Amino acid sequence: MSAVREKILERPETPDFACLRADFPILNQQVHGKPLVYLDNAATTQKPAEVIEAERRYYLEYNSNTHRGVHTLADRATEAYEGAREKVRGFINAAHINEIVFVRGTTEAINLVAHCFGRAFLREGDEIIVSEMEHHSNIVPWQLACEQHGAVLKVVPIDDAGEFEFENYDRLFTPRTRLVAVTHVSNALGTITPARRIVERAHAAGVPVLLDGAQAVAHGRVDVQYLDCDFYAFSGHKIYAPTGIGVLYGKSEWLERLPPYQGGGQMIRTVSFEKTEYAPSPQKYEAGTAHIAGAIGLGVALDYVSRTGLDAIASHEAGLLDYATQRAREIGGLRVIGTAKEKAGILSFVLDGVHPHDIATILDHHGVAVRAGHHCAMPVMQRYEVPATARASFALYNNRADADALVEAIRAAKEMFKR
Amino acid sequence: MSDLRDLYQEVIFDHYKHPRNFHRIEGADRVAEGYNPLCGDTIKVFLKVENGIVADVGFEGCGCAISTASASLMTEAVKGRTVAEAERLFGEFHAMITDPKEPAHHDLGKLEVLCGVKEFPTRVKCATLAWHTLHNALEGKAEPVSTE
Ligand SMILES: Cc1ncc(COP(=O)(O)O)c(C=O)c1O
Repeated sequence: MSAVREKILERPETPDFACLRADFPILNQQVHGKPLVYLDNAATTQKPAEVIEAERRYYLEYNSNTHRGVHTLADRATEAYEGAREKVRGFINAAHINEIVFVRGTTEAINLVAHCFGRAFLREGDEIIVSEMEHHSNIVPWQLACEQHGAVLKVVPIDDAGEFEFENYDRLFTPRTRLVAVTHVSNALGTITPARRIVERAHAAGVPVLLDGAQAVAHGRVDVQYLDCDFYAFSGHKIYAPTGIGVLYGKSEWLERLPPYQGGGQMIRTVSFEKTEYAPSPQKYEAGTAHIAGAIGLGVALDYVSRTGLDAIASHEAGLLDYATQRAREIGGLRVIGTAKEKAGILSFVLDGVHPHDIATILDHHGVAVRAGHHCAMPVMQRYEVPATARASFALYNNRADADALVEAIRAAKEMFKR
Repeated sequence: MSDLRDLYQEVIFDHYKHPRNFHRIEGADRVAEGYNPLCGDTIKVFLKVENGIVADVGFEGCGCAISTASASLMTEAVKGRTVAEAERLFGEFHAMITDPKEPAHHDLGKLEVLCGVKEFPTRVKCATLAWHTLHNALEGKAEPVSTE
């Protein structure tokens, strides 16, 4: 087994989450004279010092392009970059390292599949299934592909709690269904979708599935072989790694068959003006110089998360979410948006008489950072007939004091608007 | 240091809870829609312009306290003014909440309760949404509003 997996076994049974907070230097600051309470983790997470240090060391000691065997620094950079790929493979338990493609983030990963899959397989009248709770980045690329190839987008509804309506999903399949693209965890609602069942159903019809794992990977164990998904997309910056780096996992059988994404250097075997031969995956999909420092940082972040333990993180965050939800519900006029049975650490809410944007401003003045808006999921807002929600989202370094600060600040906002 | 009280003044709460001219205008000859994608706020401004004067103005929509109060105050400020005066007000209002060199004293009457927005850069768009929409309506060609 990979180094990553061994590390999981090595870690202490219950990590001391209070101590882990010190690993994130940015958290130690004041905002508007109050200690920072960072609860905008669904937008992006903070970075542990060792991730920042790894990027810094790359630039200070061995910055180079990745051409193995040309010179010493290039060798070191290549080794670190490919080492990061192996760490990603181990982290999501992919079968082969060539199934891991580095991209800019979830958005690019989904666009890559929409573009390449569309070009190879979509024809007039074909159908793609998404759900009502998708992030715009798992809607718009498919709309573009549909527009280009004359295909149609079909939408799985969600119920009042924000659950994926499986029966309706089941009914959407037709002989023209070509692909299913569904989120693993909803960023606006926190819902954890029944990903494995979704894949199973699609495979029964011979249809491949892409899972949007942007909100999932940092908050629970993801095993792509267990899920059996054909594609899995996630962003480094939402799992304690730098921005500008992300991952597309694709089963070998698909990555071998799909055409290239962008053309350029690094993705070819030979080029002549008559005919160009492409390199095998993952190089085929990685035209141009990669975000080498980002990939290295991502590898270190995944080590950090594995060392802490994903099961421990998941239960820590679930405890926090329960606590925060329960306390928030004690506030009169507060409505939680997204009450699925299985949720990751996201608390989306609206408050009678106080617009989410005003909530966010007032919370900010209490040092509490939350997001207000439609969370790039406008169909979800329409579904609940709200213009926006305020959203607190938890990460491994958050604690009950953060949840208390959140609740207190919401009460202050309510008080302020009571007059 | 910005203080929340500078942003959320009594007048703002009053106009948020009881927005003035908060209705469509029957027989409006100009209408424009505004949208703030950041917070999902939407607004629709209705105008009746007679002989170069804003004879009537109203708005509909759904927004935060700042954008709603700003829209409400705007309708009061421009009603009865010439189109040119309304545009001038927009310019001065915009400068008041965005231009750091702008002096603290203005001649904007009630609109000055929004000067605290200057200390809250994330809220400038909320305060100006109604004005940008008004501007579009003033510029837009006369187009009768369908009254379903
Ligand atoms: C569910 C989901 N999908 C996709 C994305 C897009 O991720 P990125 O902006 O990192 O490409 C996000 C991030 O907001 C998300 O939450």
